[in-house]
Amino acid sequence: MSRFLSLLAIAGFGALLSTPAMAQEMPEHGVFIMNSLLFLFGGVLVMFMACGFCMLEVGLVRAKNTTMQLTKNVALFSIAAIGYYAIGYNLMYPLGSWSVDGILSGVMGVAAMEAVGVAPEAADDLSYASTASDYFFQLMFCAATASIVSGTVAERIKLWPFLLFTLILTALIYPFQASWKWGGGFLDEMGFLDFAGSTVVHSVGGWAALAGALVLGARTGKYRDGRVVPMPGANLPLATLGMFILWLGWFGFNGGSQLAMGTISDVADVSRIFSNTNAAAAGGALVALIMTQLMYKKADLTMVLNGALAGLVSITAEPLTPSLGMATIIGGIGGAIVVFSVPLLDKFKIDDVVGAIPVHLIAGIWGTLAVVITNPDANLGTQVTGIVVVGAFTFIVSWVVWTILKLTVGIRVSEEDELAGLDTAELGMEAYPEFSRQG
Amino acid sequence: MKYIVAIIQPGRLSAVHDALMAIGIEGLTTSEVQGYGRQKGKTEVYRGTEYTVNFLPKVKVEVAVDDKQVEGACDAIKSAAESGKIGDGKIFVLDIHSAIRIRTGETGSSAL
Repeated sequence: MSRFLSLLAIAGFGALLSTPAMAQEMPEHGVFIMNSLLFLFGGVLVMFMACGFCMLEVGLVRAKNTTMQLTKNVALFSIAAIGYYAIGYNLMYPLGSWSVDGILSGVMGVAAMEAVGVAPEAADDLSYASTASDYFFQLMFCAATASIVSGTVAERIKLWPFLLFTLILTALIYPFQASWKWGGGFLDEMGFLDFAGSTVVHSVGGWAALAGALVLGARTGKYRDGRVVPMPGANLPLATLGMFILWLGWFGFNGGSQLAMGTISDVADVSRIFSNTNAAAAGGALVALIMTQLMYKKADLTMVLNGALAGLVSITAEPLTPSLGMATIIGGIGGAIVVFSVPLLDKFKIDDVVGAIPVHLIAGIWGTLAVVITNPDANLGTQVTGIVVVGAFTFIVSWVVWTILKLTVGIRVSEEDELAGLDTAELGMEAYPEFSRQG
Repeated sequence: MKYIVAIIQPGRLSAVHDALMAIGIEGLTTSEVQGYGRQKGKTEVYRGTEYTVNFLPKVKVEVAVDDKQVEGACDAIKSAAESGKIGDGKIFVLDIHSAIRIRTGETGSSAL
């Protein structure tokens, strides 16, 4: 960061600040620097969402699956870094070189950065940002998509088959469909709008998770004699910490997706996005709080956590154009979606341990539709087309991959191991050994 | 010598402790336990699904006392643990065959 700050001064940013009365544009290098700074700052915030997902999931699983959930989250984040580097980045950003126009990138191979100490004239795109800052920022989105899946399939999936799926998701499934919108592909050409990824990131994670939950089946004992058996999470303080970390990270997720901070209007827009993102989370949390109190006579913290996250997902497709009030309402509807759809999934015996499908998939669809409320450039039919195309592709491919893994290596632990808990059965390591063992 | 086992509401532990100290009971053992009596379990809602909590959290207090302290100890526990509502718990009194203080080897009442 410090290198950029000193560059900032050299670029004459200080002089700009000292003469506010003169309406002058940022020098070209200033734009490059500010944009890169936005990507690095935003990317760091989005990286911390990996911690948020991890804590949320660890809090909502039973204590006997804690170490496994921690292991999966560290591993998936690291695998995303490999998959996105090896194939994903260039698959997602063809920069105009398509092998199948608008559908399949023509650039294959590993991601490459600019040279060490690159001179301005040698930069890949001096009007935009440094390539490595863009890569760093986009990688974090890819990793977030993978994080969504791990919560849904928790407490019964084998470690290595899950990680294999993660590799395919981060190297191929996510970047391939993301190129259709963010790589300038056919969805982008159509006018499909998804600012920071209600569909491209969140619903994709949700669809992959849904396919996984269906192929994998519910946890043993979850649906018994026509009843739903709740399996309360072991650590609600950690789950709450995870939610707040995600809330924080989302400012980078949505704010950074402005992709520019080099002009007054861009900085003002990034600021709008931060504020709207916060408003939507608050709306989602409050609606879930009030609804669970009214429906069940007691407020349900786990639903409030999901509600805040659903609010965040709902505003992600269009965090810029809504007013603060409208952002609160859009997020609030996301919160309501969670309260209704969590029990609905149980009716279909789809066992989603942490509520990732209601939060990321269903609220993601809502958020993508909600773009038309405040953005005059959005078209409802186009939004629906984007949702259906991305959804069908991701769900079908994910279902096939999960099924192949199931038929070959197997994806589910034995019932005995599941009852014992994955920590001891799969890893031989308990999260809190001194609580259960003598000496 | 008698062994008093009391199952009480967790929130009553410190009151019971104070009451036993006040009548000169020298030591006690407690543990967190789960169970139910006539109260049965209770119904809660988790993520939109009703479920029954069959085993409610209680605290078990165990005290070994001399015969002449039994009535006082039971009264102390009863009055300190009583809220008048169902679920207050129970007190059981058992005979002690023998008692040994590990450090000194004393036996009988002097080991208590």
